[in-house]
Amino acid sequence: MSPILEVRDLKKVFKNFTAVDRLSFTVEEGDFFSILGPSGCGKTTMLRMIAGFLEPTEGEIYIRGKKMAGIPPNRRPVNMVFQNLALFPMMNVEHNVAFGLEQRGVPRSEIKKRVDDMLERVGLAGYNAKKVTQLSGGQRQRVAIARSLVLEPSILLLDEPLGALDRKLREHMKIELKLLQKEIGTTFIYITHDQSEALVMSNKVAVMNHGDFEQIDTPQNLYKNPRTAFVAGFVGETNRFELAQSGHGTLRTRSGWKLAKEDAQEGMHWLFIRPESVILLPDPRMENLNRFHVTIKTILFDGANTKISGIIEGSGDEILIHLPQNAKFAEIREGDRVEAAVHPRDLRCYPKEGS
Amino acid sequence: MSSRHFRLGFIIFLTPVLLWLLTLIVIPHIDLLIASFQAENDQGKLVFSQENYRNFFTDSVYWYTFVRTAFYSILVTVITFLLTFPLAFYITKIASKRLGGFLSMLLLLPFWVGELVSIYGWMILLRESGVINYILLGVGLLHKPVPLLYNDFSMVLGLVYMSMLFMVVPLISALESLDDSLIEAASDLGASKFTIFTRIVIPYAAPGITSGAIVVFMLVLGDYLSPNLLGGKNSLWFTEQIYNEFIASFNWNQGAAFGFLLLLLSSAIVWLGLRMSRQRLDKAVGA
Repeated sequence: MSPILEVRDLKKVFKNFTAVDRLSFTVEEGDFFSILGPSGCGKTTMLRMIAGFLEPTEGEIYIRGKKMAGIPPNRRPVNMVFQNLALFPMMNVEHNVAFGLEQRGVPRSEIKKRVDDMLERVGLAGYNAKKVTQLSGGQRQRVAIARSLVLEPSILLLDEPLGALDRKLREHMKIELKLLQKEIGTTFIYITHDQSEALVMSNKVAVMNHGDFEQIDTPQNLYKNPRTAFVAGFVGETNRFELAQSGHGTLRTRSGWKLAKEDAQEGMHWLFIRPESVILLPDPRMENLNRFHVTIKTILFDGANTKISGIIEGSGDEILIHLPQNAKFAEIREGDRVEAAVHPRDLRCYPKEGS
Repeated sequence: MSSRHFRLGFIIFLTPVLLWLLTLIVIPHIDLLIASFQAENDQGKLVFSQENYRNFFTDSVYWYTFVRTAFYSILVTVITFLLTFPLAFYITKIASKRLGGFLSMLLLLPFWVGELVSIYGWMILLRESGVINYILLGVGLLHKPVPLLYNDFSMVLGLVYMSMLFMVVPLISALESLDDSLIEAASDLGASKFTIFTRIVIPYAAPGITSGAIVVFMLVLGDYLSPNLLGGKNSLWFTEQIYNEFIASFNWNQGAAFGFLLLLLSSAIVWLGLRMSRQRLDKAVGA
């Protein structure tokens, strides 16, 4: 099956700034594809080129095999959900959703039917006559999505649509969006700077940095096997150490912390350790562990996500360690000296960026 | 702060406004209303009479001027809107911030010199020996000068010129709050440029359009200088009739009646306009 979206050598240069630098990738039918990156990495530019609001400087975009160059946004088979949603404030919910169908000249009776169907699908049945200003944040969100989906686009583009919502609602909408996408099967391209949004919802994530993709992978792989230092640092929480020496089965940080890692390659510059891969109070019988002691500085209580910040004995480095909320660790207090360990396979090393 | 203190402050601030309204607007109007229903009888004494209003309906020249004034005021409002809307759109949505600011400044310029001076400016341009005729003759487009001044054309020109700022300011403030993404969203949903204008931009700016139109219409209807100086003898304006009654004929009672008729006319047309465009006065004024 041919990909629904194919991007070839896409490049966009503004005055003296390259926003997107020779990108190529494909998106398969039915994917929930996220582009994850810090602000200013070029992800919005990317999306706007697919939508047709920006012309690429170089390269081509194909949607269902059809070249998109020169086709204006109002004639592309894609629809966009804007960051601020851009609902039409002078129209009620029904007219907002019907707007696109009216532009296509769909008969009135059919418009009514399709709008009602769509509103029911997004859980807003009976809201037809409500003004968009009367809706809650989550409801407005759903109107914006309904307004685009009712046109049955090949691809739905979403430009950080959850950014304006409060945290609780955002968590809720994440799940809702994922379920909605699964149910209707439309291909979603979702851009965000929030890694949790990308990881929870997508089946493919592209991590973008400085106009280029660092890695395109499943969320699981991205988290477990980040290919570059940038991905390792950007996706998920992590501890980062600068290495002074690597190779011959050992790693030594600049601050003098020594760790064993059999397959350590030479010339590595960064060491990443995830907070949850540090084992607190390890069983003395376990072998092959890098054992060390930490003095606990603070306990950052956050329910199931609680962490401690400790100072590594000997090197003085600070390290974040996940603290499971169970009986075994209930006695740990600030200022305690405890043993910790990390398995060599959880030590992830990367060369200096750009080399 | 207790509610009593609050009420005291409220009264202190409100008093000058109420006094101003009462002494300068309400009382004189009541006086004029009474005057408009009075006329001299055979002995030269003022008595109650509907004669002033009857004159208006029986003498066709008044009636004619009245309708003419209303028609041209609406025409000027429409022309001003058609001219300034693209301008306001350009200033807010297309031009850079600096250029936009500069252009709005230019729109303000005529008001630094005052209406009278800008009218004389138009006279210099439009008269038979004026700049425009001189250029057209020089280029060879004309063989003899055409009269551009002292007709309805020059009067409408002057009125539009004078009104532009009052239309463009509410339009700019209405369009400035229009988020660009609304235009993009409409385009994304398949709308053509024309549809975006008629279905998104204009409805969005409707309160601004309404308030601009009301201000311009009222100003034009009540203007005296432009119709008098640029319009010439055939371009009758209802304010001139009022002026004539008060100053030339010394018939204050007749003038007062005409004044009230003008007030009724403007209120009726504004009300009708609001009804037809389904706008509300409080929203338009509050915008």
